[in-house]
Amino acid sequence: MVRLVLQRLALLVPTLFGLSVLLFLWVRALPGGPATALLGERATPDAVERINRLYGFDRPLHEQYVTWLGQLLQGNFGVSTRTARPVLDEFLARFPATIELTALALLIAVGVGIPLGYVAARHQGRLLDHTTVVASLLGVTIPVFFLAFLLKWMFAVQLGLFPSAGRQSASMVATHPTGFYVLDGLLTREWDAAWDALMHLVLPAIALGSIPLAIIARITRASVIEVQNADYVRTARAKGLGPGRLRRRVVLRNAMLPVSTTIGLQVGLLLSGAVLTETVFAFNGIGSFLANAVFNLDYAVLQGFILFIAVVYALVNLAVDVSYGLIDPRMRAR
Amino acid sequence: MTTEPAAQAALHDDLLGSAGDGPDREPGDEGASIWRVAARRLRRNPGAILGAVIVLVFVLVALLAPLLAPYGPQELPGRAEIRPTYIPGPSSEYLLGLDRYGGDLFSKLIWGARASLVIGVLSTLLGLAGGAVVGLVAGAFGGWVDTMTMRFVDLMLSVPSLLLAVSIAAVIGQSPVAVIVAIGVVQVPIFARLLRGTMLAQRGQDYVLAARSLGLSRRTVTMSHVLPNSLGPVIVQATLMLATAVIEAAALSFLGLGGGSPTTAEWGRMLTAAQNELEVAPRLALWPGALIAITALGFTLFGEALREALDPKTRKR
Repeated sequence: MVRLVLQRLALLVPTLFGLSVLLFLWVRALPGGPATALLGERATPDAVERINRLYGFDRPLHEQYVTWLGQLLQGNFGVSTRTARPVLDEFLARFPATIELTALALLIAVGVGIPLGYVAARHQGRLLDHTTVVASLLGVTIPVFFLAFLLKWMFAVQLGLFPSAGRQSASMVATHPTGFYVLDGLLTREWDAAWDALMHLVLPAIALGSIPLAIIARITRASVIEVQNADYVRTARAKGLGPGRLRRRVVLRNAMLPVSTTIGLQVGLLLSGAVLTETVFAFNGIGSFLANAVFNLDYAVLQGFILFIAVVYALVNLAVDVSYGLIDPRMRAR
Repeated sequence: MTTEPAAQAALHDDLLGSAGDGPDREPGDEGASIWRVAARRLRRNPGAILGAVIVLVFVLVALLAPLLAPYGPQELPGRAEIRPTYIPGPSSEYLLGLDRYGGDLFSKLIWGARASLVIGVLSTLLGLAGGAVVGLVAGAFGGWVDTMTMRFVDLMLSVPSLLLAVSIAAVIGQSPVAVIVAIGVVQVPIFARLLRGTMLAQRGQDYVLAARSLGLSRRTVTMSHVLPNSLGPVIVQATLMLATAVIEAAALSFLGLGGGSPTTAEWGRMLTAAQNELEVAPRLALWPGALIAITALGFTLFGEALREALDPKTRKR
């Protein structure tokens, strides 16, 4: 098990190295360049040159790369040309927001998706099952940002049940020791602040969680149906295992294997979706910041953020493989 | 592993299918039985029929847009009737009402189908072609070429797809071409992986060995035996990718990467423009959004049904 983890971590190094080269070159292929983007209409050749010299964009490519990589390894991700703040600071300031959002989205997706898929499988072929199958198909095909619109329009604009934008009401006076607004409210015992932050999360999280929810429900349904009809389940039943224990210990546990892989695969989807959802709800996370960085051609931010996301993505996939071992004893032996 | 009737039947079909695969047969002959079986199973599946109908209607509307749409894609026939706080709703003249700029919503939705079809088909073809080149090179050569290529594919897959698409579109600049290329390139690693996987699976098959031992060149074996037999999963994936392409094109438009003016007749663009009118005229967002979802649903339903129909494991159940 430990060997597997170490092996996978070692494999991560060349992948990230390759990615860093690609990212570096790609960002430099963007049209216009950051100085032009930063200065806009004030981009006189003189000003562009000054900006380029300031950020080192005038030096040869390989020199820029070596400098960048060297700083990277020291934890220095460069400075955003847009906000003039270190990329790492910008990232850390927004990462908690996106974590909160994706965590709640994943919680909704898993918490609703698995029971839904399980119940549908138990009622296979009946109305409930068909409804689930159709709903889960729709869940995948409705564009995330359209669903975000709909939720915002219906529950925020029409009914006024939830706030329509941001992470916390502007009127709310709250301290933020960790940057996780809900957690902050709980830690500082500012209950109203925690509640307010949570309310801001609900609609974006539902929108973001819709696709993973649909996928998880489908996989769970298919997996449970397959396991239910497996020989070993029949054997276990014949040996006198009660229906409750049979379901928990045999069916559910075996059916969860493909589901756990699927959950891991959703992380990329969630990060993609966060770009859209955060934009619709003016939610100040890494997704909306990244979308802006593309337009501002903020090299350092683009490189740093995408690299961060790739690392997170890779680590989550590793965690999924490890969780495999915890669920399936056969995997532990390897 | 199992000796279930379905598995036996599949094995039987495989043997029968491969028995006739001589070098003198037309490429179209191979796998004829599997396609006939698939067609029969599709006709019995209500989901497949619904999907096929949606896809068919979508394609017809897109192709016949000039005949169906009362107004052109750029026309603003009701410009004079628009007020800052009022956008005329459905009437006999404008079936679904007007949009913020005085365009006829009904016409623009029809032209939008055409835009979606063009973007979806071209980007999927691009992804398929790119994936075929990468996947076939890796699968056919094996060895270090395979290792290097697949490392690169993994690298591309290690970035979430929309981020990758956004990055590519940003490099090319804001235009429909950028959207097509971006979505197409994102699909390349997916198709490459799929093609390589099916090729490798096919390569170990007895009929390939038989063809090789008959003295056929590697190229002939690949082109006229392995490739046609790997087609099923690829067609399924391409159908599903069309759904993804329609959704992602809308997403890229929404993020402002599609180019064109706000009056462009493209579903994603229309949806984006409508977000400022949610309180005045929510239908402006509902229609394009619903059409994106329905179109994607059609391709998904059909693709999934096709996957099931072509899968020997579920055959004859």
